Amino acid sequence: MSDITELLPCPEPVQLLAADGSAVDPGEQARARGYAMPAPEDLLAVWRGMVVGRRFDAQATALTKQGRLAVYPSSRGQDACQVAPVLALDEQDWLFPTYRDSMALVTHGIDPVEVLTLLRGDWHCGYDPRATRTAPQCTPLATQAVHAAGAAHGLTRRGTDGIALCLIGDGATSEGDFHEGLNFAAVFEAPAVFLVQNNKYAISVPLAKQTKAPALAYKGVGYGVRSEQVDGNDPAAMLAVMREAYAHARSGHGPVLVEAHTYRMEAHTNADDATRYRTADEVDEWTGQDPIVRLQAYLVQQGHLDDHRIQEVRDEADDLAADLRTRMNAEPTVEPLELFDHVYDRPTPQLLEQREMVRSELDSHVTQQEMESAR
Amino acid sequence: MSPTTYAKALNTALRDALTEDPDVLVLGEDVGALGGVFRITDGLTRDFGEDRCVDTPLAEAGIAGFAVGLAMQGFRPVVEMQFDAFGYPAFEQVVSHIAKMRNRTRSALPMPITIRIPYAGGIGGVEHHCDSSEGYYVHTPGLHVVTPATPADAYSLLREAIASDDPVVFMEPKSQYYAKAELELPTRTEPIGQAAVRREGADVTLVTYGPQVAAALKAAEVAAAEEDWDVEVVDLRSLVPFDDATVEASVRKTGRAVVLAEAQGFAGMGAEIAARVQERCFHSLAAPVLRVTGLDIPYPPPKLEHTHLPGIDRILDTIARLQWDDEPDLTHAPQEVSA
Ligand SMILES: Cc1ncc(C[n+]2csc(CCOP(=O)(O)OP(=O)(O)O)c2C)c(N)n1
Ligand SMILES: [Mg+2]
Repeated sequence: MSDITELLPCPEPVQLLAADGSAVDPGEQARARGYAMPAPEDLLAVWRGMVVGRRFDAQATALTKQGRLAVYPSSRGQDACQVAPVLALDEQDWLFPTYRDSMALVTHGIDPVEVLTLLRGDWHCGYDPRATRTAPQCTPLATQAVHAAGAAHGLTRRGTDGIALCLIGDGATSEGDFHEGLNFAAVFEAPAVFLVQNNKYAISVPLAKQTKAPALAYKGVGYGVRSEQVDGNDPAAMLAVMREAYAHARSGHGPVLVEAHTYRMEAHTNADDATRYRTADEVDEWTGQDPIVRLQAYLVQQGHLDDHRIQEVRDEADDLAADLRTRMNAEPTVEPLELFDHVYDRPTPQLLEQREMVRSELDSHVTQQEMESAR
Repeated sequence: MSPTTYAKALNTALRDALTEDPDVLVLGEDVGALGGVFRITDGLTRDFGEDRCVDTPLAEAGIAGFAVGLAMQGFRPVVEMQFDAFGYPAFEQVVSHIAKMRNRTRSALPMPITIRIPYAGGIGGVEHHCDSSEGYYVHTPGLHVVTPATPADAYSLLREAIASDDPVVFMEPKSQYYAKAELELPTRTEPIGQAAVRREGADVTLVTYGPQVAAALKAAEVAAAEEDWDVEVVDLRSLVPFDDATVEASVRKTGRAVVLAEAQGFAGMGAEIAARVQERCFHSLAAPVLRVTGLDIPYPPPKLEHTHLPGIDRILDTIARLQWDDEPDLTHAPQEVSA
């Protein structure tokens, strides 16, 4: 049994940068846990990742309006949560993202077009989970928490010191699987880190209707899981806290639960109407908490960033967006017969019959088209 | 008369049930201020209070289990699963408790619970948003499974479901939410358990339900115009209980039957229908009972869903195989071994 004070989160969300970009003292417990201002080059990497990530996110939103994506859940406003935790991962670590986390996947180095395959609708998972050490984006809420626990345990059994990072939303902490994931990870002392992006809403339902807990971070204690809460719009604090969490897990001390307090600036998805359940004033208030503005102000003020570099990264982000636009504007080729290729290792005889039916339908369709164009 | 959508009919049914019976409660995710992701509960919290139309914590097993407890106290919970595949966390509560409680307790604890589930595809939804999950529920004794295909039935059957002392899995084909009909509400069609003949025909019976009723009617029109087949369309409306009498009468009359279901075909509802027709109507049949169903694959991504969905061509191709000129259907005949 661990000492309960070791498990409890800091009484307030850990903060290293105030909203105006000035450095702040995170408090005694936070200092004791080793949260300190990261080195300038690390902060610059996070800043760059956020500028590029946000541009990607805006482009994906635009593509959705043009009908290129079936749906897009934006993570604008959660940029620090999307970028810093991913950049702090080591090469052998695994990532367990949700539908909300496209920006995190792009930050992770996955081709943006492959990231958007799911949402464009030409296949389910567009990237290679093994090559990218990234599980498919998970939609059935919280189910990935248990996968992350198992994968973390598996990494340990394999003799690696890899960890698993599980991303999850605030609403999803109400699902049973979240609790099972924490408990399994704790019981097996698995090196899993659960990052709850508390963006205050589960579609329309505010956090107050999900829980009576003082903070979601307190949910770890009952499972013997070390827990923390952090200002999710403070990129410096995000980086510092996640690094410590990874170090804790990696060194065999078991899982960590981190709650990041942030805000979903856009509607749940493009299909959602947020005016039904929240006010514009509430959203405006969070505009003042913008993570990119905050970190950029700090870096400029400290002399680590100038207009030239800012422009360079903006250009880089625009290039990524332009490339994404071009590639997404080409209609993807889909192969109907592929529907039969991956249901089983070896397809059942019945499935092969159905494949044959579809193949002959496609053939007769082609013949028909040829006859029509010959006329 | 004014055009009423399927969604509006459901909303009105919930309203009327909440008005008439103080024990009716609506529970689910986003059913409050948002009015549900499909707006079926639009305005209910505003008009009946947070107490009657309740945003629950995000946990389907919790919602279903909570409903069991409420039902034990005499309430009539109407719970919403946001999408078909998001009803799976509730499966244990549904199968092990909601379906079995009456039986376990010798009818001392009936479960007057309505579980509303938007289901099936045709809306371009990404994975986990388009499952045809009816097969799991129809295979579970103790559950009624109802799936209205028209706005009038949507209203009427939802009222019947809520009033029923047995649990009803109420499956709403999402592709029909915006279907309209000239209709004055309230309206009553038939009680749960009665199929409807949607189109009279003399040559072949197309037995279908839910999302495929509209496709069946279209196919019937094309069949009449292009092939001179007079197709009768039977809309089951209720999968459990099953209306053998209506289906039987139709097939005896036409002598041929095709079963149409959007769900994957293997061991599904379509198989049950085909078996019952064959058992009861064998001597009236001029051809084997055939099925047109979805493919036996996980629901495809949006850009490929048209390959999966039955569709007019597949329906007509299947009708064509019903031995019209006493030609045997060789689709499943043993293949000749080539030298
Ligand atoms: C098991 C399950 N139930 C319901 C849904 C439908 N749904 C998708 S996102 C969502 C809200 C999730 O909120 P939260 O966990 O806070 O994550 P966020 O979307 O805010 O990132 C819901 C209810 C789902 N995907 N899975
Ligand atoms: Mg949320």
